[in-house]
Amino acid sequence: MIKAILIFNNHGKPRLSKFYEHYNEDTEQQIIRETFHLVSKRDENVCNFLEGGLLIGGSDYKLIYRHYATLYFVFCVDSSESELGILDLIQVFVETLDKCFENVCELDLIFHVDKVHHILAEMVMGGMVLETNMNEIITQVDAQNKMEKSEVSASLKICYLDQIQ
Amino acid sequence: MPAVSKGDGMRGLAVFISDIRNCKSKEAEIKRINKELANIRSKFKGDKALDGYSKKKYVCKLLFIFLLGHDIDFGHMEAVNLLSSNKYTEKQIGYLFISVLVNSNSELIRLINNAIKNDLSSRNPTFMCLALHCIANVGSREMAEAFASEIPRILVAGDTMDSVKQSAALCLLRLYKTSPDLVLMGEWTSRVVHLLNDQHMGVVTAAISLITCLSQKNPDEFKTCVSLAVSRLSRIVSSASTDLQDYTYYFVPAPWLSCKLLRLLQCYPPPEDGAVKGRLVECLETILNKAQEPPKSKKVQHSNAKNAILFEAISLIIHYDSEPNLLVRACNQLGQFLQHRETNLRYLALESMCTLASSEFSHEAVKTHIETVINALKTERDVSVRQRAADLLYAMCDRSNAKQIVAEMLSYLETADYSIREEMVLKVAILAEKYAVDYSWYVDTILNLIRIAGDYVSEEVWYRVIQIVINRDDVQGYAAKTVFEALQAPACHENMVKVGGYILGEFGNLIAGDPRSSPLVQFNLLHSKFHLCSVPTRALLLSAYIKFINLFPETKATIQEVLRCDSQIRNSDVELQQRAVEYLKLSSIASTDVLATVLEEMPPFPERESSILAKLKKKKGPGAVSVTELEDSKRESSELNGAGERGPDPSVMAASNASTPSPSADLLGIRSAAPVSTAPASAGSLLVDVFSEAGPAASSGAVNDDGFLRFVCKNNGVLFENQLLQIGIKSEYRQNLGRMYLFYGNKTSVQFASFTTTVSCPGELQTHILGIVEPLVEGGAQIQQVLNIECLTDFSDAPLLNIKFRYGGALQNLTLKLPVTINKFFQLTEMASQDFFQRWKQLSQPQQEAQKIFKANHSMDTEVIKAKLLGLGMALLDNVDPNPENYVCAGVIQTKSQQVGCLLRLEPNAQAQMYRLTLRCSKDSVSKRLCELLAQQF
Repeated sequence: MIKAILIFNNHGKPRLSKFYEHYNEDTEQQIIRETFHLVSKRDENVCNFLEGGLLIGGSDYKLIYRHYATLYFVFCVDSSESELGILDLIQVFVETLDKCFENVCELDLIFHVDKVHHILAEMVMGGMVLETNMNEIITQVDAQNKMEKSEVSASLKICYLDQIQ
Repeated sequence: MPAVSKGDGMRGLAVFISDIRNCKSKEAEIKRINKELANIRSKFKGDKALDGYSKKKYVCKLLFIFLLGHDIDFGHMEAVNLLSSNKYTEKQIGYLFISVLVNSNSELIRLINNAIKNDLSSRNPTFMCLALHCIANVGSREMAEAFASEIPRILVAGDTMDSVKQSAALCLLRLYKTSPDLVLMGEWTSRVVHLLNDQHMGVVTAAISLITCLSQKNPDEFKTCVSLAVSRLSRIVSSASTDLQDYTYYFVPAPWLSCKLLRLLQCYPPPEDGAVKGRLVECLETILNKAQEPPKSKKVQHSNAKNAILFEAISLIIHYDSEPNLLVRACNQLGQFLQHRETNLRYLALESMCTLASSEFSHEAVKTHIETVINALKTERDVSVRQRAADLLYAMCDRSNAKQIVAEMLSYLETADYSIREEMVLKVAILAEKYAVDYSWYVDTILNLIRIAGDYVSEEVWYRVIQIVINRDDVQGYAAKTVFEALQAPACHENMVKVGGYILGEFGNLIAGDPRSSPLVQFNLLHSKFHLCSVPTRALLLSAYIKFINLFPETKATIQEVLRCDSQIRNSDVELQQRAVEYLKLSSIASTDVLATVLEEMPPFPERESSILAKLKKKKGPGAVSVTELEDSKRESSELNGAGERGPDPSVMAASNASTPSPSADLLGIRSAAPVSTAPASAGSLLVDVFSEAGPAASSGAVNDDGFLRFVCKNNGVLFENQLLQIGIKSEYRQNLGRMYLFYGNKTSVQFASFTTTVSCPGELQTHILGIVEPLVEGGAQIQQVLNIECLTDFSDAPLLNIKFRYGGALQNLTLKLPVTINKFFQLTEMASQDFFQRWKQLSQPQQEAQKIFKANHSMDTEVIKAKLLGLGMALLDNVDPNPENYVCAGVIQTKSQQVGCLLRLEPNAQAQMYRLTLRCSKDSVSKRLCELLAQQF
């Protein structure tokens, strides 16, 4: 099971945090800090797995992470997940973000936190993997956007009518 | 076209985020956030109804603020309102808010549940998915109660859309994990298993997680999944890379699903049906063969996906442990990976080999890689990989290679990463003991350990070397000589002084013949370290000195001189002072015969499970200890009727009984700072004192038996206090759940370092520490920790709280019983006289009753007794007992598995100052336990 998915930048600023187990707000923030501390001190070219910090459950949990440009993507998982499988999953997540945002960068994540959550929700649900096929995920996201668009233009029309009257 | 167009963002949100990003300081940021929070709050409270767009914008702002680490304590109602909107955008953002800021507020959950119910029955797949997501994210008991019966129906219905099926499968899984009792699979089992055959791979992907979890809990009901999983796997493995289209990932067909299928199979033994088994073996062979084929792509994603499957296949082969051919192939494959240029593969290969090493078919094959593994330990740049290498060396160690492996691990220790040193020390100590043929090698190894990594040598390790030296007379002379040499070093670790003091005190005579290590030389050497040591070590050295007086009468005058000097006999530390006074007196008044008896060599320790092994198991969890080792330790402990892993160390009692009947409280004198006793020491207590410092005693007994009993009838107060530390508790209980707040106060002006706490509890209780304490506690500071407790079934052993910290360099180790007693889970039950006696009669089997007659320890004041009974948690019933002097109470103990009804009757006899206490409960163990607890309260 995936216990948490964290994205933070090279300075430890959180860009997305999604916990699939309940912690209080303080603990969540401490976990983010602890995880950043563990991950950021590692060199490039070392392996992508390490034992989880104390707060997240110690050696029963693994942190599996990838570092892309300014961002760290960290999945905290228990022993029932395949390490390499999760690495692939991170890749799918990032490729999907890249498709949805066209060359995704940190700013996209900052200004569209809600979208990132929605995309993630198409992949992972309650800590388990829902879908790994990128095209399927993007189809779902596209469908959501269409619905959003139609609602927005409908409400614009109403506004427009209001003004005419 | 990008799926998210950048133009449709909300301007207000973007401006706010930019503002925050432009803040120059943390203060400015907080100010800006507070301003925004005030703004949103007033908007939400305002009279003007907000349109969906504004609500959405504000909720997004709140999410952003929350991500920055600020508490959000409002907005939930607005989010709930958004849920019930008919517009997708509003509904979506409402659900997002709820799932990020889950709140267990049951009032709120009820409102959310209402909206979810509507969405689930809306037949709009998008809305249904949103609702299912929300349930899976919150997963609370209330939700399980509301939806556990509905979800399976959605999951197996013929007309459900695939995407909804996927969500329903994972939603059900979540509910099953949180409330297994509410999810009744029964009639759905077969249809759920057949989802493995579903045409849509996404549905299979989601369903397999559900099936795996259910199979682990109910293997028999779900065993038909084995053949289905094998045929699905076989179809994937034999498919061409283009067959599965979108589920082919970098030329590998459905890697994620393959891994999950192989995991599912690991829940079961090898298939019995020959055809199924043949097909599976074929699959595994194909996977192993593919690893040897040239890659279809140079991209790392391709090799990752391929190897993910390969590692799962190897795990399955190891799990079956029955196909020697496959095992050897797996081992060879891992051997190749050990030298692979990808660090990830080296890491995983080391990890898999650890499990392979415990299989009898492959143990020898694993051993052939020893040089590579040692090399990895020496040269890997990555500490996670080095750690796996150390684990593997430990797992592959046997009599044939122990000396080499221990030597390598010792030399690695000198440069090892701080985070893994303690574990390495334990492992070296265990291997050295387990494979010692010649015990001088063992002694050398442990002394080397102390020399190289003294700070990381826990008490268990040096207790153990002393136990072994005492029990084996062939090594005593060598040990004395070696510690004597080790102590020559100008700076030696305090742990070395402890071992040296103890061993020379016992066996110094064995090397006294050599003029270079004559008695006086030995004494002077030890005493030269005295002033650099902490109080417990000094106490130990004083005991060694009195033993010297017995071993070497010629040192008597010198040692008496030392004991007599003001820094000893008037030492401000009561323990040191007491020892100096008592030893001085003893040495001057006792005859040689008495001295010889009192200070006789320590008797052998009873053989038992190595305390170090227990510690390593505790550290790593039972799964991490290899199979062979577990068997060995079982063999060891079977001889000595059960040295359990948990709870007070039985050797404490065994050893103190062997030497003296003195109360065990004396054993712990040093740590709990017992009051000074000025009476001349009895022979018995002296011996025990010697033992308490050096034996394995002081480490584990709980020191607060009295404190513990004070909390039977109350929930708050000071649990423990000594010169360094005060521990207060506050606790509250509801039904079978409890929450305890622990407050640790540093009473000194010096910082406590490496402060850690752990709780071990009997299987009937579950405890969960929320938040780890900071490792540093400043002088005068107080820190808080919260513990959640769940009572699964009735219990009698209290959980133990172990606290470790360094105070001025010395490691302090304290174990306390936490006052969690069965009566904390009482619910009041009011009843009339008639009911009471009727139930009383129903509980008339002899074992259901427990009775005690005892003398009053406290005043027999009515109000005090009443207060205590109320504190107990039962209802105090008036006008029930015909004798108004008597007290009767009723209550129900709530545990997760059952409820236990309890009735109590307390009959005071003021003249005799006695009580008679009678308990009748629907479970006999509860009657007994309550009776024991209560008899000490009045």
